[in-house]
Amino acid sequence: MAEFWTEYLAPFLWIAGKILLFVVPVALTMAFLTLAERRIIGAMQLRIGPNVIGPFGLLQPFADAVKLLFKETVVPTGASTVVFFLAPMVTFSLALLGWAVIPVSAGWYISNLNVGVLYLFAISSLGVYGIVMAGWASNSRYAFLGAMRSAAQMVSYEVSIGFVMIAVLLTAGTLNLSELVESQRGMWYFLPHFPMFIVFFISVLAETNRHPFDLPEAESELVAGFMTEYSSMSFALFFLGEYINMIAMSAMVTTLFLGGWLGPQDMLPGLGFLEVVLGWVPGIIWFAAKVAFCLFIFIWVRATLPRFRYDQLMRLGWKVFLPLSLAWLILTAGFLVYTGKLAH
Amino acid sequence: MIIASLAFYLFSFMAIVGALNVIFQRNPVHSVLWLIFTFFNAAALFVLLGAEFVAMILVVVYVGAVAVLFLFVVMMLDINVVVLREGFLKYLPAGALVGVILLVELAIVFGGWTMAPDAESLRLVPTPNPSDVANTQALGQVLYTKYAYLFEASGLVLLVAMIGAIVLTMRTRTGVRKQKISEQVGRDAKETVVMVQVQSGKGLS
Repeated sequence: MAEFWTEYLAPFLWIAGKILLFVVPVALTMAFLTLAERRIIGAMQLRIGPNVIGPFGLLQPFADAVKLLFKETVVPTGASTVVFFLAPMVTFSLALLGWAVIPVSAGWYISNLNVGVLYLFAISSLGVYGIVMAGWASNSRYAFLGAMRSAAQMVSYEVSIGFVMIAVLLTAGTLNLSELVESQRGMWYFLPHFPMFIVFFISVLAETNRHPFDLPEAESELVAGFMTEYSSMSFALFFLGEYINMIAMSAMVTTLFLGGWLGPQDMLPGLGFLEVVLGWVPGIIWFAAKVAFCLFIFIWVRATLPRFRYDQLMRLGWKVFLPLSLAWLILTAGFLVYTGKLAH
Repeated sequence: MIIASLAFYLFSFMAIVGALNVIFQRNPVHSVLWLIFTFFNAAALFVLLGAEFVAMILVVVYVGAVAVLFLFVVMMLDINVVVLREGFLKYLPAGALVGVILLVELAIVFGGWTMAPDAESLRLVPTPNPSDVANTQALGQVLYTKYAYLFEASGLVLLVAMIGAIVLTMRTRTGVRKQKISEQVGRDAKETVVMVQVQSGKGLS
């Protein structure tokens, strides 16, 4: 019995606890991200935004959640019911799955996977399924068009994301995310890989179907795209999935380019006393700050840029980003071989 | 280890269930979804083997790219399975014959299968000790040293296939209005805008 406890039950409870420690903060961030988005866009457009429920409108997300819970669930006629309800669940759980390998501080992760970068890439490339399933199962023209657009868009931008990732992990010489962050000590990768940092961020915008690439749900053409027929909790799951995806993608940008949990004193040595003070701040604070910065840019872009036309989107992905990232990959490999810095 | 073997039986059972469903679903889209489910279970089996790199590549390539295209095409085609089933009895003899021939061939192959005498030593030479290196690195060490030429050659075969597919589907269509961004950006105000002084009441002639 004691063996059962030490061999199975204790590790199981430990893993479950870790998962809970990740999921609860992520869910809370997601809730307040929806509020932050509305408040920030409000400020950018000289409005106030939601400020009535709770102090500074802080309870607005919970009011929204309760409202959505009590709405009626509508299933369209001719819908493929199982797939129809599976789709939001797939989206939501895939958005959460990525967090399994992201290190939020030194040694703070659920799983220290050897192929962490590949795992993240695999999970982000699966996000398309929830959308395609939703679009097909809804038995609706608008939803189907949205899903088709989304599938083409996500497949296209995945290619450049993949090449950028390869360039980064050639420099780091590891597929393990913790080691990748450690290898950025002194030189965060957004500096040497600056053009790819920009390409990666724009591709992430397309991958999460955010503005200015939100064609799958372009409300002026497709009502709400693949979400048209969803209501109540199934709609809420899509909505939450999209926002958690944004946070996960920001965490990915932070880990790959912005030095993960490393503080700014790592990049700017010689600050004297300030360096000591900054060294006291725990890594997770820096990680959260960087993620928040990326999320702010997500929202900023939404408030600033108009939506791309579909052919422009495809042109940018295939004719601009793909050659650029491929060329940069070859350049990186050549540079590393030439300087003898290629990690083995 | 009991958990590992339980997981193995779970994933293999699910893979078989998924594969059977691929064949027996009435709706082709459901078939593709079950196929994706099967891929996932196969990837999980690779993880249990300790081959996490192959597992991730399986998910990235097959689930993330190939199956998306499958799904894309199957959704666009309006396949009616009932119509397809109509000729079932007519084609049954021919199909059964092909099946029997394949089965006999497989039986012959497996019946005469022996290990090549020096296969064991060949297997041992290029394989690094799995406890020393991660399996991504181990695969790279084998693929890019011992089998570098074969690996590059297979890459070239894929490249030829890709170019072939592009050439087959490419056609120049006339009358398509395309945005040429370089032209738009390269336009000069001097060539495109004419400043005129319009006299009141006369207009431009």
